Amino acid sequence: MPAELVGTAAAIATPSRAGATLASREANSSGIGFDDVTVAYGGLVVLDALSLVVNPGEIVALIGPSGSGKTTALRAVAGFVRPIRGRITIGTRDVTNVAPHARNIGMVVQNYALFPHMRAEENVAFGLRARGVRAEVIRERVPECLRLVGMASYAKRFPRELSGGQQQRVAIARALAIRPQVLLLDEPLSALDAQIRRSMLDELARLHRDLPTLTVLYVTHDQTEALTLADHIGIMRDGRLCAFGDAQSLYRYPPNRFSAEFLGRANLLPVEALSPVGDGMARVRFGDGALMARNHHGLPDGGACLLCVRPHELRLSPTEEASNMLAAIVKSVQWQGDMQNVELDVLGNVVRLSCPPMHEPPAPGARLTVHFSATHATLVPETAVRG
Amino acid sequence: MADLAIGAPTRAGVEWNAKGLWIAPPLLILAALFFFPLALIARQALGGDAGALSFAKFAAVMSSAEFRHAIRNTLTIALSATAGCLVLGFVLSVLIAFTPFPGSRFLARMIDTFIALPTFLVALAFTFIYGSAGMLNESLMALMHRDLPPVDFLYSQWGVILSEVTVYTPFVMRPLLAAFSLIDASQIEVAASLGARPLRIVSRIILPAALPALVAGGSLCLLLTVNEFGIVLFIGAKDVITLPLLIYDKAIQQFDYTTACVIAVVNVALSIALYSLYRYVVATFGGRRAGLV
Repeated sequence: MPAELVGTAAAIATPSRAGATLASREANSSGIGFDDVTVAYGGLVVLDALSLVVNPGEIVALIGPSGSGKTTALRAVAGFVRPIRGRITIGTRDVTNVAPHARNIGMVVQNYALFPHMRAEENVAFGLRARGVRAEVIRERVPECLRLVGMASYAKRFPRELSGGQQQRVAIARALAIRPQVLLLDEPLSALDAQIRRSMLDELARLHRDLPTLTVLYVTHDQTEALTLADHIGIMRDGRLCAFGDAQSLYRYPPNRFSAEFLGRANLLPVEALSPVGDGMARVRFGDGALMARNHHGLPDGGACLLCVRPHELRLSPTEEASNMLAAIVKSVQWQGDMQNVELDVLGNVVRLSCPPMHEPPAPGARLTVHFSATHATLVPETAVRG
Repeated sequence: MADLAIGAPTRAGVEWNAKGLWIAPPLLILAALFFFPLALIARQALGGDAGALSFAKFAAVMSSAEFRHAIRNTLTIALSATAGCLVLGFVLSVLIAFTPFPGSRFLARMIDTFIALPTFLVALAFTFIYGSAGMLNESLMALMHRDLPPVDFLYSQWGVILSEVTVYTPFVMRPLLAAFSLIDASQIEVAASLGARPLRIVSRIILPAALPALVAGGSLCLLLTVNEFGIVLFIGAKDVITLPLLIYDKAIQQFDYTTACVIAVVNVALSIALYSLYRYVVATFGGRRAGLV
């Protein structure tokens, strides 16, 4: 059964002129459906019973470590791998056994894959020519797409004459030119350096505001890209979807240990003897003391679980009403420009705290007390839970 | 100090002299084994009355019908075989590289082995298959109840071309397979996702990427087929006389060494011209393509 999502409306800003033209001409927006999709290579299952729906017009990011099956899922939508079980739909059409060239998808890959012997404009026109689009339409649409990604003045250049970021923009324009039903992005920013990656991330966010009907499946191992762009995030592990939800909920209330650790940094403390105190909160025992946290997942009373608190939610100076206090020993202090990271030992558990740079940071070996607000901590089941 | 520096032999000059000594032995060997015999052939071809240089023999040989026939045959066979090698080599390489099947790697490695075999072996094998008493004709004669072999192309220009295509296709496939291994597979996938069918992918993505390799392989084929001797001799077709065969005929069977040397000079000039063309095309065309990646 596909995990149906409550539609999250993509933020619609005032479209740019080129974007408005392209968006207004967009055919009916289509979603992507995975229904029990299983892919195996030589008997080895690399994607295991994936069921997922990407609603029309939204960005869904699949994240996970290498070998988790996220790229295989994307390649299955593109038609480059054939599932041994299950079905894939684009819109209402079952494309499980449809050839890649007949799926009407746009695809952007990590290394851009621009055709080196073609100029930027010829690259963008390639898909249109392959589909037998009329020459006058091509003449109109190619500059339109290049304008959309800010590459109109580079139309005559060969890929070797463009920077990595510019090549990626041309690759996006090429994918959009055919007006695909869905856009597949396979780690599109991972070949770029950090500064260009940030700027391209903003560009992609703007692009989706300009093309609000475009459905995007975005595969990445970078949590920042996923959190910045995606309406919903799926976390993959060992070929399985281990969590799925809207980006903020998944970050605030991770449904399992792996999700908590993979999506952002997390301190996970083993706690037990859970007892509810109302308003979605619960009291748990940690060592000899008691801590309060949100019980978002409705974990049963009395069991063992994990208390998840993000490093930036921990404070060094307790306020008067502070309740969740932990005695800690400083193990190390790292300065990272705009952040200071402190590694602490709390009853034998490693706890990380991040805060703005301190004038007098604590010295390693110092004993101190840290605290966190109960509303910023959440209880996570110890066992794996499907999102 | 400055005077001393000017007066003393420079370090670079000493090094050059040392290098010059090292170059001498290979140059001497090359001259003895290669340039000297070639010079003897050229002298024989250009030798006139009283030892003076003369182009009279050249003019006589080159205006003969026999020579014109041979050079026409040579170029026709070389160009046809090269075209055949390019087409067959490209198709086979695409199949091996892009449509993996069990044993495709083994087949690709077999190509190297094929290059190592003597060229006339294929002609010999073809006589067993397509010859008058070959497997094909015997089967067809039995099947069709005929007394004469129905397939009769081996002892003609077509037999030579087919043999040369078979022998020299691996010379095209080898650089092509190397070029194909450098094509980014994601380019092909993206092209397919954009709506391109396999034929368009081959013509618009794979072929342009493989063009330098095709040019290099094709030029090499042309060079080798122009000078092919073993296959033509082994096929033994009556009307198929090429330049190398004509040289052999004049020198060994008719003892007309002067004519043989004239034809040999023309053959060498043709080979050098083709080789120069090959170097030029690879350097300019191949270099430009390489710059694209």
